[in-house]
Amino acid sequence: MALDEIKIGGLGASRKRVEDNRFIRGKGNYVDDVVLPGMLHMEILRSPLAHARIKSIDVSGAWAIPGVRLVLTGEMMAARNLAWMPTLSYDTQAVLATDKVRFQGQEVACVIADDPYIAKDACEAIVVDYEPLPPIVNPTQAMAPDAPLIRDDKVNQVDNKVFDWEVGDKDGTDRAFAEADVVSEIDMHYPRSHPSPIEACGSIADFDRSTSKLTVYMTTQAPHIIRAAVSLVAEIPEHMIRIIAPDLGGGFGNKVPVYPGYVASILASILTERPVKWIEDKSGNLISTGFGRDVYLKGQVAMRNDGKILGVRMHTESDHGAFFSDAQPSKFKIGLMHSAFACYDIPNAHLTATGVYTNKAPGGVAYRCSFRVTEAMYFQERMIQAAADDLGMDQAEFRRVNLVRDDDFPHRTPFGFLTDSGQYEKCLDIGLEAIGYADFKQEQEEARKRGRLLGIGISTMTEPLGAGNSREYDILGIKMFDSAELRVHMTGKAILRTGAKTQGQGHETTWAQIVAHELGIPADDIVVEEGDTDTAPFGMGTYASRSTPVAGAAVAMVSRKIRAKARKIAAHLLEVSEEDVEWELGRFYVRGAQDRGVSIQECAMAAYSNVPDGLEPGLENNAYYDPPNLTWPFACYIAKVEVDPETGVWDVLRMVAVDDCGVRINPMIVEGQIMGGLTEAYAMANMQFITFDEDGNCIGSNYMDYLLPTAWETPGFELHEVVTPCPHHPIGAKGIGECATVGGPAAFVNAVMDALKHTGVRNIDMPLLPDRVYGALTTGSDISGMPPVKTEA
Amino acid sequence: MTLFEEVPVTTTDEIPVRRVEMRVNGETRAANIEPRLLLAHLLRNGLQLTGTHTGCDTTNCGACTVLFDGQPVKSCTVFAVQADGHDITTVEGLATASELHPIQEGFKDEHGLQCGFCTPGMMLSAKALLDENPNPTEDDVRWALSGNLCRCTGYQNIVKAVLWAAEKLRDDAPADTPADDGGEA
Repeated sequence: MALDEIKIGGLGASRKRVEDNRFIRGKGNYVDDVVLPGMLHMEILRSPLAHARIKSIDVSGAWAIPGVRLVLTGEMMAARNLAWMPTLSYDTQAVLATDKVRFQGQEVACVIADDPYIAKDACEAIVVDYEPLPPIVNPTQAMAPDAPLIRDDKVNQVDNKVFDWEVGDKDGTDRAFAEADVVSEIDMHYPRSHPSPIEACGSIADFDRSTSKLTVYMTTQAPHIIRAAVSLVAEIPEHMIRIIAPDLGGGFGNKVPVYPGYVASILASILTERPVKWIEDKSGNLISTGFGRDVYLKGQVAMRNDGKILGVRMHTESDHGAFFSDAQPSKFKIGLMHSAFACYDIPNAHLTATGVYTNKAPGGVAYRCSFRVTEAMYFQERMIQAAADDLGMDQAEFRRVNLVRDDDFPHRTPFGFLTDSGQYEKCLDIGLEAIGYADFKQEQEEARKRGRLLGIGISTMTEPLGAGNSREYDILGIKMFDSAELRVHMTGKAILRTGAKTQGQGHETTWAQIVAHELGIPADDIVVEEGDTDTAPFGMGTYASRSTPVAGAAVAMVSRKIRAKARKIAAHLLEVSEEDVEWELGRFYVRGAQDRGVSIQECAMAAYSNVPDGLEPGLENNAYYDPPNLTWPFACYIAKVEVDPETGVWDVLRMVAVDDCGVRINPMIVEGQIMGGLTEAYAMANMQFITFDEDGNCIGSNYMDYLLPTAWETPGFELHEVVTPCPHHPIGAKGIGECATVGGPAAFVNAVMDALKHTGVRNIDMPLLPDRVYGALTTGSDISGMPPVKTEA
Repeated sequence: MTLFEEVPVTTTDEIPVRRVEMRVNGETRAANIEPRLLLAHLLRNGLQLTGTHTGCDTTNCGACTVLFDGQPVKSCTVFAVQADGHDITTVEGLATASELHPIQEGFKDEHGLQCGFCTPGMMLSAKALLDENPNPTEDDVRWALSGNLCRCTGYQNIVKAVLWAAEKLRDDAPADTPADDGGEA
């Protein structure tokens, strides 16, 4: 008899997580927990200035401190051709500064010492003589004709522009705007933010002279890409590099790029011939490593009076900091910004994008999203709300008029992506019903009469998750496939390894569930291992919600290969031809004689003890999966808020989330991902941003200035589910880890703007801090979040 | 005292050394330390109790929370010398050899953790709460945990985990606990 899939921890089981067993005992193995014999400790000296020429560096004071083993400067790196490294966006980035510092927090020197306290003391003993230069803190300033040149290290760079780029149909869009009854316009800023996992970055480099092998323990979401990058930068043969990503204390995109600290620790280990540990402090993490967002928008929507959208125009200006090191795998300069409006049926769209250098930290990352999708969906949903308001149409009804219909798939999006499945209107209806939308208008009116400001904000969106297909997505030319290797032991237990890398998503639990679903081996009998490049198959790592869409698909495919071989063995054991063997969960049986069968475990034993002639022994295989398309989950988020007119403080009264991520492997984990994502969405809408003063000082360099919501502020969430299986994924799953972070912010902001609608205020840039909301309420004007520029006295 | 202890050749007489002794998870531990050594670093690097994590170095995130004479403190801003003579509980002290603490069970059962980095500190703050208030409301839990940041879960399941543990602890409480009144004398 077939097994009960839920009982064996298969697809759909809310299986308790196996990784929890070590985490709840404090037995996780994070990079700072790794101790190697003879290990030294590295600290980084960072620039206090945003833009300055380095006149001299005096390290003699550092060397004078007992216990100091090595001091690294840019000059020493340059002597080894390591002062600069390539970025993931085909630019260069300073490892240790040689000529100028270009942002506050830039790496200037490193001290390697017997313990981290000594290394920190010695950093303070280094004297750097800086000649300050004028800092550039926003794109307008960067593009001014007389702006100082930030990248004077680049031969052909004459201004601070990184790129101009465009996509879409300009002529068609122009015609649509010419024919429109109403044109809605809105400008806004998606502020710079930081993924800020609680664990910062770190590495332990261990170069063994006797074997020429370099082992690096590292906080990385993509160990194999790091191995390739280290091989290129440090000119060490790839087989002599082993990258081990141990347990990661969160990632959210922050742990994708290569950072100077990693490179410096590797060189330090080579020079000292001892393991060198670098553990970044929180300020270092916040001011120097991969930020997210920082994009300005000019948006326009062309509509007919009946609500039908005819076309959209978007112009973005993105602030990339001092080095263009966006960590993104697409061929598109502004990432997947043009996934905007994918859930709406809009015939014409045109996007122009400009990127600029500023004196800010580099390393734009996809902070809990596919690259730039968070900005795209925020802009989209804010533009949609403004358009509905300008048209005088109900915001829910306006969406309903324009959403892609269920029978309209596959659907070509306004900018040319192909979406494949969804029940958008159903999700919207569930959300509206849950929040009590029908009665809200009256409630809002009555509240307003009593001086209370209530608002409802809706955000509906589908986003591209799971990069990618190899036609359009690669990193440094490496295609965006992923992999799985499965070894079934003779007793029917198994080990599974993938090229992904969990950071809290629960791969150790869910991957085993996919194998259980495909093979009927109980999930508890399968151990999952990731993150060690010497043992795991090559893969592109975990970000952009690509684990389940890509690596998860590879897990299903490798399981099917195993099943195909087991079928041959089963036929041999049952003494029938393979065509007469049928499969049900966990066993093969003879067609027409269901009681005559063998279990997958019996097949496993036979694979090592009784294989038919002509068949290789053993039961292991691997699979590399190149997805035919991205996956397109849909979400409808609806927030209900109350704004206090006396203070500008707003509270979330209710937050309803309707998510359709296709088939859910482990519903408990999926819901955990959604709630975590909603919290980061709330954070960005409410408090969390990195900004700069006119001198380029980073405001947000620690958790007293960079605010993350606590259990006290974070609202409760009400979750609803719709399931539209992904037509091209082996088990019908779509990405989910990032939907709520992507779609959530607009729901909160739209809700506050709805509460303020009577004042004529059309936009407040995130985060909607009390002083910004209060300022908008009292002045009746929009509030910009652009960092201020120094004015000459 | 071990048979052999390497002493750094670079140590000068100017670096002061203090001997501290404290009870850590019920066991008396002693160490010679620089007075500036932080408690978090003594626990992690000196005593190899790496379940106490350091997240922010500025007393904000709470990943390093331990119990100091039963009260939650952020060990990244407590000097180890301040713990001299005191009683410290870390995450490693929650479970016995055979049994998890109900708070640990609750975190697993209610999916109260994802990456696990904040979890030890979160559980110790929860323990301090439940030691004082065995029957907390959701608001009590949220307030008690407001010094511990989590980036993964959105807190909802953490709150559920603590309420789960509170219920289990109440159910497990010895039946012979003195009743309010009316008991037989």
